[in-house]
Amino acid sequence: MYEFLRDLDRRVIFSLMAVAVAVPILLQITPPEKATPIVRDAFETIEALEEGDKVYMAFDFDPASAGELQPMATAFVRHASEKKLKIYFTALWPVGPQFIKNAERDVIKRDFPNMVYGEDYVDLGFKTGNEGVIKLVANDLRAQYPQDARGTPIDDIPMMEGVGSIRDFEVIMNVSAGYPGTKEWVQYAVASAPDDVKLVAGCTGVQAPLLYPYYPQQMSGLLAAIKGAAEYESLVLGKYGRENEPGMYQEGLRRMAPQLSGHILMVGLIFVGNLVYFMARKRGEA
Amino acid sequence: MTHATRRGNANFGVLLVLIGVAIAVLNAVAFHPGAGTQWTKRTEHVHTLEDGSEVRWTEHEAVSVKEGREMAALEEDAAPLFARTVGLWGAAILTLCIFSFLLGDNPLYKAAEAIVVGASAAYWMVIGFWETMVPNLLAGLFPGWTRDTFMPKLALEAETDYLLLIPLALSVLLLLRLAPKIGWISRWPTAFIIGVFCGLRFISSLEADFLSQIGPTIKPLIVMGENGFDLESSFSNIVLVLGTLACLVYFFFSVEHKGAVGKVARSGIWMLMITFGAAFGYTVMGRIALLAGRFEFLFDDWLWLIDPKDAHPAQAFLQTIAPMLT
Amino acid sequence: MMKRTIPMLLAMAAGIVMILAYFFPLLAPLQDKTTVWFNILAAVAFILGGGNLLKVHLKKVSDRREGWAYSMITLAAFVSVLAIGLFKLGVNPLDEFPTQRMAGDFRAEGSGFWYVYEYVFAPLTATIFSMLAFYVASAAFRAFRAKNLEAILLLGTAFVILLGRTAAGVFLTDFLPEEGMLANFRLENLTVWIMNNPVTAGNRAIMIGIALGTASVSLKILLGVDRSYLGGGD
Repeated sequence: MYEFLRDLDRRVIFSLMAVAVAVPILLQITPPEKATPIVRDAFETIEALEEGDKVYMAFDFDPASAGELQPMATAFVRHASEKKLKIYFTALWPVGPQFIKNAERDVIKRDFPNMVYGEDYVDLGFKTGNEGVIKLVANDLRAQYPQDARGTPIDDIPMMEGVGSIRDFEVIMNVSAGYPGTKEWVQYAVASAPDDVKLVAGCTGVQAPLLYPYYPQQMSGLLAAIKGAAEYESLVLGKYGRENEPGMYQEGLRRMAPQLSGHILMVGLIFVGNLVYFMARKRGEA
Repeated sequence: MTHATRRGNANFGVLLVLIGVAIAVLNAVAFHPGAGTQWTKRTEHVHTLEDGSEVRWTEHEAVSVKEGREMAALEEDAAPLFARTVGLWGAAILTLCIFSFLLGDNPLYKAAEAIVVGASAAYWMVIGFWETMVPNLLAGLFPGWTRDTFMPKLALEAETDYLLLIPLALSVLLLLRLAPKIGWISRWPTAFIIGVFCGLRFISSLEADFLSQIGPTIKPLIVMGENGFDLESSFSNIVLVLGTLACLVYFFFSVEHKGAVGKVARSGIWMLMITFGAAFGYTVMGRIALLAGRFEFLFDDWLWLIDPKDAHPAQAFLQTIAPMLT
Repeated sequence: MMKRTIPMLLAMAAGIVMILAYFFPLLAPLQDKTTVWFNILAAVAFILGGGNLLKVHLKKVSDRREGWAYSMITLAAFVSVLAIGLFKLGVNPLDEFPTQRMAGDFRAEGSGFWYVYEYVFAPLTATIFSMLAFYVASAAFRAFRAKNLEAILLLGTAFVILLGRTAAGVFLTDFLPEEGMLANFRLENLTVWIMNNPVTAGNRAIMIGIALGTASVSLKILLGVDRSYLGGGD
């Protein structure tokens, strides 16, 4: 047994991981979720807004992190649309606009067909410059976005009236996969107007612990990794859920099943790995 | 690893892809007929120009197979689209090519990797051009020309912004980096970029990551609640305040870590280890979510084994046994 | 002079404008202009990146270095995506301007560029990153050893987070009451506490350290003390 474990081929471990993640997906299990305070704070920040309030929706992610972040993006757009907020989409990652288009097609056009482009939501698209873009948006949004993503001059878009800088928005809703992302939004946007702008973010697992020091002073709430997404979904569904809720709005909740088996496998692997280590030490091999 | 086993591994990798594709074909023929088919709703756009000629094109909007079939039954214009179906199968096969690396490096993985490198570089270039160069530089410098070619909605009264000649010049200098002899001139725009970057960073890091972090760390170590001494909050605050200080002491290398300083620094290390443990936990969480996302793509969009989004027919045996198991 | 002094002065001027504008709002318009230029140059960096890739792989192919066939694939992918994107292949015109094909949205669903994103770029990049799940599992089995107190703290926290952030945590400590002092030890609550206190403390210290480091490096560059970014030569 000891020799078997010591010389375990890594392909066996790969197979175990594949099975641990695949089986719960195939069985379509959805464990229940209960929101933690940091996610509840994010939800309540949006809940506290009133119809017509402006939210700056920054999609700073790419397909490589969509497994974690797509459910957050979907839930954010759904929530903002349910609240009848005015949504201003932007992206600091080159691939971000593709997710804006998906959100428009899958959430807004399908479930909120009354929302009008230019009046209820606008797509400002992607700009190069990373934190430079945030800095400029914090001072003079129009200098950064002379047109929307469709080439319409800003002055011709009704919902852009009276919007000059980040201070004109109630909340920044940021979905972030890394740099540039939530950290830069705190550093350049929130720091420039701490009393005017609130930030609610959803981020990848890798970033999550690094962002905790900003909560709750500089960041009103945080959806950390897929668990945060699932919690937020449960809150949105709890408040706005309908019968036969489309599976699209439960992506995060659904993903918590493979998460459970994957985490248990990881704990098991570390445990067995240490067992091998201590056995080796006892035998004087390590 | 010997050369022979490495080649053996390579064969396994290729085999994985081939077996995967064979199973998918079998599945699409026998078990889930038409699996992986992509449907679109079509809208015809017809415009008659002043000279009487017509411009027409068809717009395709993705719909799920179920929606598409319902629309087709109502005689709306929806049908499977061959190009997108091929695209989806291609995407699935590329996914398998990448996964094949788990069994060892192989030509299929290398080819997929080569595609990523080339496609991403071009992808970013195109985006940089259309989404920043054209609207933020060309539209300002040559409004008339830009309006006639790329951006017809540009305001007629838009005027030339001559100040944009500066970034134009810097851009040209930056691109000269690719020229071997006068590449050094790209130092000018590079220096400009670094200067701006440092200026931005200097203020922002002091403001958001230094000054703003001090306030929330100054907390009472003994918290008195409504019912007197609040043990839980007091303990939390002690961990937060003393923990932050201990870690800072550990980072402070100007003093030798001996005696009392050494002890505090050591407790700082403990705090950092807890921090790294949490970071590891969250990283694992993220990685597994990404893998689950890819598996869902393969099982749902490609093979139709599951149907969480209620998008297509799926009569998989798994779906019949799942209720019994859960 | 041309190779070192002018670029150094340029960096100093640009950086000092950015900093002074913080203290003197009168300079804000100048700061905004500088930022606009900076953001435009960032787009040129994308183009430069593509140019560099072209150069490296063309060289590899012409030298017939090992793996040049894969460089050919890279080049083919590069050129095709570039052509599809820049010439807006498969892009429909806008309804308001049916004759101006080049005014169409290059990212719109159904365009050539959209195909590249949907069926090549997205699946490939997403899968590459998802592979890390396998490697992190393998590494955890081989490298994570409870050798000393520090390692035990790290492992213990990782266990609590891994279990506490899923239904396993609720299940394992369900015997503890939901209210009162003992409730803090339920795994799901313990996770929240760890994140809000020790993890926040550790990361805050790291954050402060990095902030001071960043500020001092920035200052060194802007004052011309650190000129390493200029490279060699005169």
